[in-house]
Amino acid sequence: MLELRDLHKRFGGFSAVAGVSFELPRGSIMAIIGPNGAGKSTLFNLITGHIPPSAGQVLLAGRDITGAPPYEICRLGVGRSFQRTNIFPHLSVFECIQAALIAHHRMGRNFWRRSETLYRAETEALLHSLGIADKADSPAGALSHGNQKQIELGIALASDPDILLLDEPTAGMSAAETHETIDLIARIARERGLTLLFTEHDMEVVFSIAQSIGVLHQGRLIALGAPEVVRADTEVRRVYLGERE
Amino acid sequence: MINRIPWVLVIFLVALWVPWYGSRFYTFLATDIAILALFALSLNLLLGYTGLVSFGHAAYFGIGAYTSAILMKTHGMPFAVSFPAAGLMAAAFALVFGYFCVRLTKIYFAMLTLAFAQIVWAICFKWNDVTGGEQGMPNVPYPDMSWMAAIPGLGGLRLGDQFYLLVLVLVALAVAALRRIVSSPFGRMLTVIRENPERAEFIGINVRRYQLAAFAVAGFFAGLAGALFGIFNRGVFPDFAYWTKSAEVLIMTILGGMGHFWGPAVGAMVLTLLNQQITSYTEYWPLILGSILVILLFGFPGGIVGALVAAGRRLTRRGNA
Repeated sequence: MLELRDLHKRFGGFSAVAGVSFELPRGSIMAIIGPNGAGKSTLFNLITGHIPPSAGQVLLAGRDITGAPPYEICRLGVGRSFQRTNIFPHLSVFECIQAALIAHHRMGRNFWRRSETLYRAETEALLHSLGIADKADSPAGALSHGNQKQIELGIALASDPDILLLDEPTAGMSAAETHETIDLIARIARERGLTLLFTEHDMEVVFSIAQSIGVLHQGRLIALGAPEVVRADTEVRRVYLGERE
Repeated sequence: MINRIPWVLVIFLVALWVPWYGSRFYTFLATDIAILALFALSLNLLLGYTGLVSFGHAAYFGIGAYTSAILMKTHGMPFAVSFPAAGLMAAAFALVFGYFCVRLTKIYFAMLTLAFAQIVWAICFKWNDVTGGEQGMPNVPYPDMSWMAAIPGLGGLRLGDQFYLLVLVLVALAVAALRRIVSSPFGRMLTVIRENPERAEFIGINVRRYQLAAFAVAGFFAGLAGALFGIFNRGVFPDFAYWTKSAEVLIMTILGGMGHFWGPAVGAMVLTLLNQQITSYTEYWPLILGSILVILLFGFPGGIVGALVAAGRRLTRRGNA
């Protein structure tokens, strides 16, 4: 589904991502973990076209999408959420999702129809599946952090992606919220047959849903494999899980 | 209760009667306000809806004014041709200038819009053979309005009054189209871009292309306003495209409130009336205008309409309680 080939990103003399390669099969769930500054967000930004890589390739379903702009990558079926919540604060929750649906259906070129009448049923359905239907009319920016993360997920899902990239989907959430959010993500991924790539600090979350884990350290993948393999890896234990030999 | 009254229709109907109950001076003021309202509303498509601060919107107003004036005066074309041509010419220039402007963001975008506007002004100022240079183009003819005589009650009106009615109807149509555009899917995409351009890219919106489209549409309506203003003013001059004109329309938009569709129209009205009133008492109009702006920006950041809407909401809440 998604394949990275020797991806590099240098900012001046600093290598944020230094040769990352992996392949993500359709329908799988993969987590990228690593300490702060390991290059996780940069990696996401490279995949989604936010910044162009210095070298290497990104392939989506066999097609080279390296350096394509974000809107094109989105149209090819890649959805993403951001580490710092990234929504449309002055729109209502309903309008946020509806706008994403309008964009997805390429209706934005229409100058004449009334936008408020479009995709109402789809918006309702998505809000229900996210469990925020009761907040549909609230301004998105006024809601709690947890709710905003849900809206963000909804905006990403509205583009009907095949693959979803979530950058720390539970950052800043309480334990209970984290639990709920992860259940929600797992359920939606299952229902829609999504391929999921996510970063996360909470190891419990990572080991509970990821089918494979990549460990990023100073821009390199130092381990990649099934959760139990990664857990047992001595290098990972040394640099990341904080154990001494 | 207050919300049930179709305010816009009421105001339109009241405005229609100005030639009959007001003096020539009131018709003059009302024409001025109607045209500037369209100009300010066109700017707000960029400012309030797309989140683009243009410091050079007068360029498109000027291009529209000159296009229409040159077609009517130099080439003897009818208004029915020159009026849409003014909008299209302004939109074409907006497309070319906008192509470069949307590549920059924030203050750099604003500076580039200003730079292009100054280029337009310089061309109007110097291209003597076509624009009349510094002297401008005086005596732009009125459109042929003899057909109005066929409508009962309009035949006896002065030419200025007839032109006012024409302006009112054309501005109403243009504003209705603008209103339709901002509530269309296209308009919603612009709002999304204003709210968060980065996120907008990731829902599949080609942000620059939409910003450019908004720039061209805003230019189109500014061009229409310019065409009307040239006739109303009985002449077209380089200062139509000068940066002070851009600042004036920016002030109208912010004064009225860019967060509301009708805000800029109210701003155009208030600024024109204040200007008229205050200059008859004192020559320090800029001083008073400056003070009003300071108070407004600190006290009522949502502009006049923003403050009224907030007050209205408080009243209804108290009424319900």
